[in-house]
Order: sequence, then structure tokens, then C-alpha cells
Amino acid sequence: MHLNSLTCHELVEMIKAQTVTAEEVVEHVFRRISEVEGKINAFISTFNESALDKAREIDEKIRRGESVGLLAGIPVAVKDNICTRGKLTTCGSKMLSNYIPPYNATVIEKIEAAGGIIIGKTNMDEFAMGNSTETSFFGCTRNPWDITRVPGGSSGGSAAALASDETILALGSDTGGSVRCPASFCSVVGLKPTYGLVSRYGLVSYANSLEQIGPMAKDVLDCAMLFTVIAGHDPRDGTSVPRRPCDYTKALNDEIKGVKVGVLKEFFAVGLDERVEKSVLNAVGILEDLGATCDGASISYLEYAVPTYYLIAMSEASSNLARFDGLRYGFTAKCEGDWNEVFSTTRGEGFGGEVKRRVLLGTFALSAGYYDRYYLKALKVRTLIKREFEKALSKFDVLVAPTMPILPFKIGEVIDDPLAMYMMDIDTVPVNLAGVPSISVPCGFVDGLPVGLQVIGGFFDEEMVLKVAYAFQEHTKFNLKKPEI
Amino acid sequence: MITKEVVEHVAWLARIKLSEEEKEKFARQLSKILEYFNMISNVDTSNVEPTFHVVELHNVFRDDEEKESLPQEVVLKSARESEDGFVKAPRIL
Repeated sequence: MHLNSLTCHELVEMIKAQTVTAEEVVEHVFRRISEVEGKINAFISTFNESALDKAREIDEKIRRGESVGLLAGIPVAVKDNICTRGKLTTCGSKMLSNYIPPYNATVIEKIEAAGGIIIGKTNMDEFAMGNSTETSFFGCTRNPWDITRVPGGSSGGSAAALASDETILALGSDTGGSVRCPASFCSVVGLKPTYGLVSRYGLVSYANSLEQIGPMAKDVLDCAMLFTVIAGHDPRDGTSVPRRPCDYTKALNDEIKGVKVGVLKEFFAVGLDERVEKSVLNAVGILEDLGATCDGASISYLEYAVPTYYLIAMSEASSNLARFDGLRYGFTAKCEGDWNEVFSTTRGEGFGGEVKRRVLLGTFALSAGYYDRYYLKALKVRTLIKREFEKALSKFDVLVAPTMPILPFKIGEVIDDPLAMYMMDIDTVPVNLAGVPSISVPCGFVDGLPVGLQVIGGFFDEEMVLKVAYAFQEHTKFNLKKPEI
Repeated sequence: MITKEVVEHVAWLARIKLSEEEKEKFARQLSKILEYFNMISNVDTSNVEPTFHVVELHNVFRDDEEKESLPQEVVLKSARESEDGFVKAPRIL
């Protein structure tokens, strides 16, 4: 049996019942990684030895009858912008290509406390800026469904690792769709939680008012398990919201009769691939068959979401990325001169093209004379878009839309046209502007390429989002289809 | 319109050294992107407050208790150069 192709909920039962060992599971995962990494390039680093040691510890605990956590013995791949103590954390950038953090992110502590095993760090667009994983300093990750195509991004390595069974669970981060886009393109499940529900302590900041760490998995139950482990208040993150702990797996049942589903009209407008549209509308039909009531819902100002998002994200990025000076940690250019010379040269050599574009435009938007016109204006439009979501979500339990308006595209096809890349984020960025939760769940295939359905919920209503996604999955089973690599 | 001179100015503010080729490329690309972004000026935002943060949290306090922090030698290990417990920087003036 290929243990690496199973899910977390299946494996945890088997490990606890001692029908398999955590060590075997980890071995299977690493065997798979050595088989397919040459084609996929999902990982920046892997931790074979420490993972096997950890697995043996868990097995020993189980043999002794000690209690083990919700993720006992389960391999977890972690996006490389989440700090892991003593282990390389590069953000897909030359700037941090040698950075070894002296501390763990809160989510890493939580996963390890629950018995999860960190097996490696996954590839990503540089500093999470992109939707194709092509801007990584470590080369592009390839889509397991068609290795000539992108896996989506920026958490492309995490999604590709799941789709190719190189891991059991994964973490991503979602600033403007970076969990949901690759989940859609690789036919896996990815959740962007409500802002403030998962600690950002130890997540390298890109646009801090927009981003959340999110669970990624092969099915909705696994996603709910990982989410249950990582969610929760953290005093080390000033934007973390105090909430009662919740077992999100309890919310899952396939009974969605009477659930009010709003179909977001504007998300089906210009720029949507007809084949994606057909697939998503078919998904809406399935929700209706399951007893949900589906009606048209509207989000005005949608056409302004992309410029609003990018102006805010770029402005925050220009401030957040100012910390990379090459002195305290990270890459330093080999050059002589004063502070400005060394600082500027280091950043000129350390950052890639997309990061420079965003920092430059963000600096421009915040600079004297332009602040009101761009940055402040974008924050006001954000208020309007947020209100639209609040209005729609007062009438509906969830809102549905395509996750991405297009199918996974060819590597190299769009990368030279930054504006065209930004426009593809039209269906994901509004959710981050509003701060509400949203999941992408597989909803079919077009010519062998995956399509994702996006289910958006009200603030802190992840239970409803997960429940609708779960019901849909249980009646469609697209999650069971695997790519041939 | 973002000219090469604007790119140079902004790159200086952001402390990113660019090649001549990059300056021209970014001037072209950023102009096109900004032209598209300009559409937000069409939105009427009179009497609309800006949203800096979506979650209504104000003044998050904690007790002023002493806690363990990372050992100095561990932190300095990542630094390019250090001396007497300090990170050593290039001369500033």
C-alpha cells in the first residue's frame, strides 16, 4: 500500500491502532518525494532525519500507551515563508537564501504539539508575490496534472506536494488568493481563514493587513483537522482575535438542506473562461440538488478590487520589506562602501523582479503627494468592498464563485505581463480586502485540468464554509481523482 | 506616467539599486500598471472612512512581565558581522 496517497484522517486512525507506524508513513512520503521531485520541484528543503526521529518518538509514545495529538505521526509540508527553528526559511528569495530562524512560528509549535511532523519547506513565489510560483529564486514548481503548466501560487509548492502525494498535509499563506489559487489549479482543498483567527507570529510579512496562514489538504475533513490545530488566539500576534477553541471537524456533515447560497453574479462576468464557468455553474446545480437554496448575489465595486488590493498590498510590502538590510540576517552583497551603498546593492541583488516592482510601486503610492490619491483612496474603496460582503452575507449563509477565472496556464506564458497576472486575482482578492473566510474545493476538470469552487462565509463562520465544501465533496468525490506523474 | 527619473527617485527611497535596463523596464511596466490603478479615482468615497484593519481590535495590552528572550549569541549568528555583542554595520556618515 502507498501510505503517502492516503489522507490524514485515515492515517491517524491506522497509526493510533498500530496497524502502521508513523515511521512507515514518513518513509513512504520521502520515497515519493525522491521519485517525483525531479519533475515537480515542490520543495525547497526536506528534513528526512529530523522527521524520521520525530516519527519514531510518536510510535514509541503510542506503544507506551501515552496520549498523542490530533495529527499524531502525520507529515506536514510548510510554505517557506513560515519560520522553522534551526531550519532554512527562504521565502523563495535570494535575500533569505541562507536564513535560519532562531524561533518557530506559532503554527509550527501548534502542529508539533499535536504530533504533526514537519517534513520540509515548500516552494513559493518570492515573498508570496505571485500566482504561479514562477517568481521563486529556486525555480518554478510544476503542476502535477500537467508539468508544462503552473501549479498556481503563491503557495504552489504546498498544493503540488499534496496533489502528487509528496505529503499528507500542508500549510500555505493567503494574502490575495495564495492558498486558494494553487488549491484550485492542483485540485486540492485550501482554506483562507477569517483575518485574525490564525496567528501570524513567525509568518514573514508581505501585506500584513490582508494575509492569513491557511490549511491545505487532500480533502475537506483533513483541512478541518489541520485548521482545528492551528487556529486560536496568540498573544504574540497583536492582530490575533480572542476566540473560544473550536473543533471544526464537528461541523462537517453532508446535510445542507435549506442553506442559503448566494451565487456571486459579478464573479461570472468578463474574463471568465467559458469552460470554468460551466464547471462552476454545474457545481451550483449540485448544491441545489443537495437541498441548498441558490440565488443571485451581488458585490458592487468588484471591478475596483484588483487595483484596491494591489495598492494596499504593495504599500504594505514596501514597508514590511524595508527590514531586509542584509546586516542582521539574510543575503549580503559583496561590496564596499557606506550604509546606503551596501544596503541598496544588497537589495538590488537580493530581490527578484516582481518584488522590486511591488516595493517600488508601493513606495510611490506612499510617497509625498501621492499618499491620498492612491494609498488612502484604496483604503476607502476597501471599506466599500467590505460593506458589500457584509451586506451579501447578511442575506446568505455562504457565497459561491469560481476560485480562478481561468485554467492553469503554461509556464512562461504570462510572466512577462505583470498586469495580466494581477487581473487573474479578480475572484480571490476581494475576500482578503473584506477579511472573511473562503475555501477552494475541487469541482471538476476541463481537458484534464482542475477547476475550483470558492465558498465564502461570514466573519468567523468557517464551520459553515467547511460544511458546504464537505457536502459538495462527499457528493462529487473529485478529491479522489489523482494525477499521473 | 512613471518616467525613468521617477523610478530612480523611488528606487532611492526604497534603497534598491537598479541597472539602467531595469530602470527603463520598470518605467514602462509601472506606468501601464498605474494607469490601470488610476480607475479607483472614479469611485466616490466622500464620507467613507479608510479600512486599515478588518478586525476591530484596539489597544491590545499585555502584562508587563519579564520573559525569556533569545540568547544574544544565537541572534548574532545570523548577522553578517558582529563585534562586542553588536551587529556591525557599514559607516553611516
